[in-house]
Formats: sequence, C-alpha cells, structure tokens
Amino acid sequence: MSMIEVTDISKTFKDTKALSHVSLKFRENTIYGLLGRNGAGKSTLLNLINNRMFPDSGTITLDGTALTENTSALSRCFLANETNLYPESMKVKEAFRWSREFYPDFDMEQAEKLSALFKLPVKKKIKSLSTGYRSIFRNIVALSVNVPFVFLDEPVLGLDAYHRELFYKVLLEKYTEHPFTAVISTHLIEEAANIIEQVIVIRNGEVIRDESLDELLDSCHCVSGPAAQVDNYIQAKEVIGTKSLGGLKTAFLTGAPDPVLPSGLEISRMDLQTLFIRLTDVPESHSL
Amino acid sequence: MKLDLDQEKPIFIQIAEGIEDGILTGAFPEESQIPSITEFSVTYKINPATALKGINLLVDEAVVFKKRGVGMFVAKGAIDRLKKKRQDQFYDNYIGRLVDEAKRLNITSDEIIAMIERGFTQ
Repeated sequence: MSMIEVTDISKTFKDTKALSHVSLKFRENTIYGLLGRNGAGKSTLLNLINNRMFPDSGTITLDGTALTENTSALSRCFLANETNLYPESMKVKEAFRWSREFYPDFDMEQAEKLSALFKLPVKKKIKSLSTGYRSIFRNIVALSVNVPFVFLDEPVLGLDAYHRELFYKVLLEKYTEHPFTAVISTHLIEEAANIIEQVIVIRNGEVIRDESLDELLDSCHCVSGPAAQVDNYIQAKEVIGTKSLGGLKTAFLTGAPDPVLPSGLEISRMDLQTLFIRLTDVPESHSL
Repeated sequence: MKLDLDQEKPIFIQIAEGIEDGILTGAFPEESQIPSITEFSVTYKINPATALKGINLLVDEAVVFKKRGVGMFVAKGAIDRLKKKRQDQFYDNYIGRLVDEAKRLNITSDEIIAMIERGFTQ
C-alpha cells in the first residue's frame, strides 16, 4: 500500500502562519475532500506536498522516501492548481504531448476523449482559454496522467453547472475503473459531498478534522422543535451551533443522538456543508 | 428506484432501498442483472465504496448475488423476501408515525380506520 505521510509541517509567509504542525496521511485509492475557508492553508498544503514550496519544518514522504526534490517520487504525484506550468504560448495539444514526457503513463487517448467530451479547443493556446476551460484543461491532464496520487485544487473553479456535473462523472468513471488517490479541495462542498470518502478540515492552518465522511456525519446530529423545548434539551449537551426561525429552533449537537427524544423534538442528520460551516465558524481562540 | 438522493438517510441505505423498490416494482426483475458499481457511482455521483456498501446490504439478505467477473443479479425469490421484510417493517415505518400525527390532530382510531377503508376503495 502506497502512502503519503505529512509529519508536523509548518509554513510561515512573512508574518502569516499558513500551516502549523500539520500531520496527515494519504492512503492509496481513496478520495479525500480537503476543506477549509479561504486562507485556511489548503493550497499551501498541496503546494508543499508537490514540492512547489518548501516547509519551514516537518517532513513529507511517499512510502517512507522524502518527496522533497525527489524526481522519481514526485512523478507519482500530480497537482492541478491555478499555477500554469506550461509555456503560455503552448497549444493544448502540445501540452498533452509535453505531459507525456514527465508522466510516461500519460494516456493520450483518454485526454483526447475527455477534450471532445468537454469541447476543449485543443488547437488553441493555453493562455487564450477562458477561466473555466483552463480548469477543464488542468482536470483533463489530471485524469490522464495515471499516477497514484492526484491533487485537485479547486477543480470546478469557473465551471458551469453542466461541466461540473460532467467533471464529477468522469472523475468517478476513472476512479472506479482505475483507482487512484484523489485529494480534492473545493468550496462547493454540497455537490462533492457524496463523492468524498475521507474528510480533512483545515482551520487557520491547523487540521481540526481528519476522518471518514461516515464517521464525521455520525459524530453529530441536529435536533429541532419549539425553541423552549430545544433549549431545555440541549442544556447538558455539546452544542456546536444553533439557528432559529421565530419560535422554532434547530441545535447542532456532537455525539450520537439519544434513542428516545422528548415528544415534540425531531432528529435529523447533519450534512457535510452544514457541519463544515459550524466547525469553521468559530473564533480563533475557541477550541473544539 | 428514485434517481435523486436526499440527506435524511445515509446514502448507502438509500441505494439499497432504491434497488429494493426497483425489484418490487419490476424495474429490476428476478434473475436480471442490476447496474454495476460504476454505473451507480457515476449516476448518483457517489463514492463507489458507498454504492458497494449499499449493494452488500442486499447481498447479505440474499436479495442480490454476485457472479464473479460478470456482475450483480437479482436473486430468485427476492420479491417474496422483500415483501416479507417490508411487511415486518410496516408497523414501525408507517403505523407509528400515522398514530403520532393523528394524536397531534385529535383524530380518533375509528376515524383513521374509516380513512383507511376509504383509501382501499379508491
């Protein structure tokens, strides 16, 4: 089993602490959701793993070998992010051929098939592509390189609803037919939620959650009903947030729900987006 | 089976119940092949592990069986097994909730029985 291991990495830019003592493991053939608010440190983490930046301290290894400046280990990872690594004047088609030089298992047929599906103009220069098509171009390369670890930083940035849906479908097709590890950072949590198997939540440069989606959603629930009854019920509970509408109230609680509830109260499942908002809507000093 | 998921139940349970509905309505006849993990995964935009978990619930109940290298099929007798299971769950799934709501609305048991009889004649 291949594994990327991030151990105790920290990174500071001038006077901003971007990441602080982050430790994570990325297992083989798993889809990870890397979630965090703007500026939480997601992109920095992905850049560090892929050797586009160096950590101030800590180590990143693939199967025990350091990833830092290690070409053979790095050729088993691919990061698709906003930074364009290709010469600006290069055409899409040439960029595919170029990718094959770095990634010998690059599947040209797959890249051409996906380009046709997304109607990516392959004869155009990369710099002339719209924001959406730049994302599509990066995603197509990511789904064609055939490496065990693929990192997708905001893969649906600038994509319309039709193309987003198509992207999730081709990602899942690729993943079920030839499993690999995909680490996806996204702000559109709701639409990616069911694809994710492992969830990593970063807040202010620290990892606050790292567990399977099932465990995470089972670890909390919502209780709704008349406000007075809800308030009474949650007194001895660990509450991570509430919302009210007139005399109605919903409380977001951690832990498994009680098997029997006072009548008038209802239990519902938390969804990933709601949980994410609750987990990251906390003052910095507050610890969960 | 519905082609949309909601958030009220875990996804793997919705997949299992959806296939059960498909078997009961005849969309997936006994001994016919059901869609593959890839098809479920891509259609519902869910992780294939989730689809597998749902289907495995049905494999454990002998409603669906796997043919190595071919795919998954609806078992013979699946409809009877599912009907039996749903009959057993009928009270918990429907009657409990029905009575709770009736109590909130001050509907008597006689009135409910009359409504049920009306429902059967329509």
